[in-house]
Amino acid sequence: MSIFVDKGTKLVVQGITGRDGSFHTKQMLAYGTTVVAGVTPGKGGQRFESTVPIFNTVAEAVEATGADASVIYVPAKFAADAVFEAADSGVRLVVCISEGVPVLDMTRVMRYLQEKNVRLVGPNCPGLISPGQAKVGIIPGRICAAGPVGVVSRSGTLTYEVVYQLTRAGIGQTTCVGIGGDPIIGTNFIDCLAAFQADPATKAIVMIGEIGGTDEQNAAAYVKEKVRKPVVGFIAGQTAPPGRRMGHAGAIISGSSGTAAEKIAAFEDAGVTVMKRPADVVPLVKERL
Amino acid sequence: MNLHEYQARELLRRAGIPVPPGEVATTPAAAKAVAERLGTGKVVIKAQVHAGGRGKAGGVKLADTPEQVADIAAKILGMKIKGLTVEKVLVAPAAQIVSEAYVGVIVDRESQSPVMMVSPAGGIDIEEVAAKTPEKIFRARVDARYGLLPHQAMALAFHLYTDLALVRQASDILQKLYRAFVDAGGSLAEINPLVVTPENEVVALDAKLVVDDNELERRPDIEALRDVSAENPFEAQAREANLTYIKLDGNVGCVVNGAGLAMATMDLVKYYGGEPANFLDIGGSSNPEKVVTALRIITADPNVKAILFNIFGGITRCDDVANGIVAATQQFTVRVPIVIRLTGTNEEAAVRILEGIGMKAGTDMDEAVMRAVAVAKGGAAA
Repeated sequence: MSIFVDKGTKLVVQGITGRDGSFHTKQMLAYGTTVVAGVTPGKGGQRFESTVPIFNTVAEAVEATGADASVIYVPAKFAADAVFEAADSGVRLVVCISEGVPVLDMTRVMRYLQEKNVRLVGPNCPGLISPGQAKVGIIPGRICAAGPVGVVSRSGTLTYEVVYQLTRAGIGQTTCVGIGGDPIIGTNFIDCLAAFQADPATKAIVMIGEIGGTDEQNAAAYVKEKVRKPVVGFIAGQTAPPGRRMGHAGAIISGSSGTAAEKIAAFEDAGVTVMKRPADVVPLVKERL
Repeated sequence: MNLHEYQARELLRRAGIPVPPGEVATTPAAAKAVAERLGTGKVVIKAQVHAGGRGKAGGVKLADTPEQVADIAAKILGMKIKGLTVEKVLVAPAAQIVSEAYVGVIVDRESQSPVMMVSPAGGIDIEEVAAKTPEKIFRARVDARYGLLPHQAMALAFHLYTDLALVRQASDILQKLYRAFVDAGGSLAEINPLVVTPENEVVALDAKLVVDDNELERRPDIEALRDVSAENPFEAQAREANLTYIKLDGNVGCVVNGAGLAMATMDLVKYYGGEPANFLDIGGSSNPEKVVTALRIITADPNVKAILFNIFGGITRCDDVANGIVAATQQFTVRVPIVIRLTGTNEEAAVRILEGIGMKAGTDMDEAVMRAVAVAKGGAAA
């Protein structure tokens, strides 16, 4: 089992002929993901790698192939419209990999999505992978293995680090979700915690947060109230100075809020076991499985 | 990106918000000339730096005559406020103030919307108001698809004033401020204080505008307002190379791919008893040139005693990073030891490239961090 994507996911790739889109579509195909269509306006009728049909619009792709999920690799300035287009096409899941999407664009996107029955993951995220079933996005397949742990994270390469440590120790994952490092994102920790709690195959959850905002604090409150599976957490940015954006647009301590200390305290209060360093993930998860 | 007050004032003025006259000057003589153009009466001289608390730091002063303006400008220009040198002053007439209010708009993460805020307690730090007297702040969540609606602006304005003439002026200013915020691609826009003059006019006495960096590509007019002299020169150099660099006070220089891993690496340096010298994210794509620039910037920091590479190859290819390290050592002398951890895409090729110049690379993050900390303390070889 898994959350959000599995063997049955039929994926359409928006921006399939672009530099990033074509590279990662090959990787997703090699992993075994069912990529049923690609979209690049003006290239409708062609085929990607002489197999995947390309369409001019997402609506046409969905109509012709029955795609139920989309992944977006378009430049940041076109990303908001790509999400609108995907939401209008009837897919149930949209994963936006694009980095650098203006936050005011996202305020419009999120209001629009409220009226649609669709989940957005991202933007500025590595996507998700259900090992052995499907990968949607850019998480390297070879660092993952199928198993009982659900992983959710705001980061990209830090997620890889933690997942790789688990895999090397023989601990596999149900699904790894990178929710993205921007201030406004479609899927937050709570959405993933709820899905992992409901997924019978997930026996433990790893939650990797960072400084900035209150998503981790809200997640901690949710764990306390609703999650009955063991949760192990990490917060990056304990040494970050206030008022400086640490790479991710969302990773900024403003005033006294959003600090690592505040988030770690919230985790501990909720019974989330806190890792002091990424390598702690292995013993802490092992003990709880 | 932060705009200076004088730049924000100009954008608000163009949006139709009443802003008192005033000009920016970079020399005492120019400041005096501005005061002469403004005519008789008190003027205010304000340091233009990207730092809060300018008044407390002595960067905001009043003057009665153009001669006094020149004297005061001479003192403020060149002054350091929170480590930043004052290069420009704003000279404006000192307004007569009947009352001060706060108005602002931010992008609120929690509600995922712009939120317009007003408070009758203006003139002071709004975070202080929020902490001490939260009941004095009034908010309206804006549906970004439609913008701030007139009735929302009016309702907020009624929290500031009772006189209908003032309410109408404030409501108009709020709508214009929201539009200026959106047009500039803002993440924050503030007028603090918004004042009522003895003539019963509502005017913006100060202005603050922070622009979302992700908006700059499509807003070259705003990007053109960037004041490179107000930034740390190395941070500016990094930005031009598409790196994110933030200088810190420690001695272990860090080069990492990905923001989350970069923060976790800094934390691990601290965990093992060291202090990170910087945050540096070389980003997703792996151009060897970026690594060269990164090493140039880090080695320019005299505090740095060891350099730690922590690369988890995904999109970033380890061999590209290794080639960057080789290129850097050929172009200039790296005077401190380098400790390298890399794993992932093309790891084996990277190790061979580094061995070619007699360097070693490990695959374990903790081991590499411990070694870098020991090297920085002078207790071990790289």
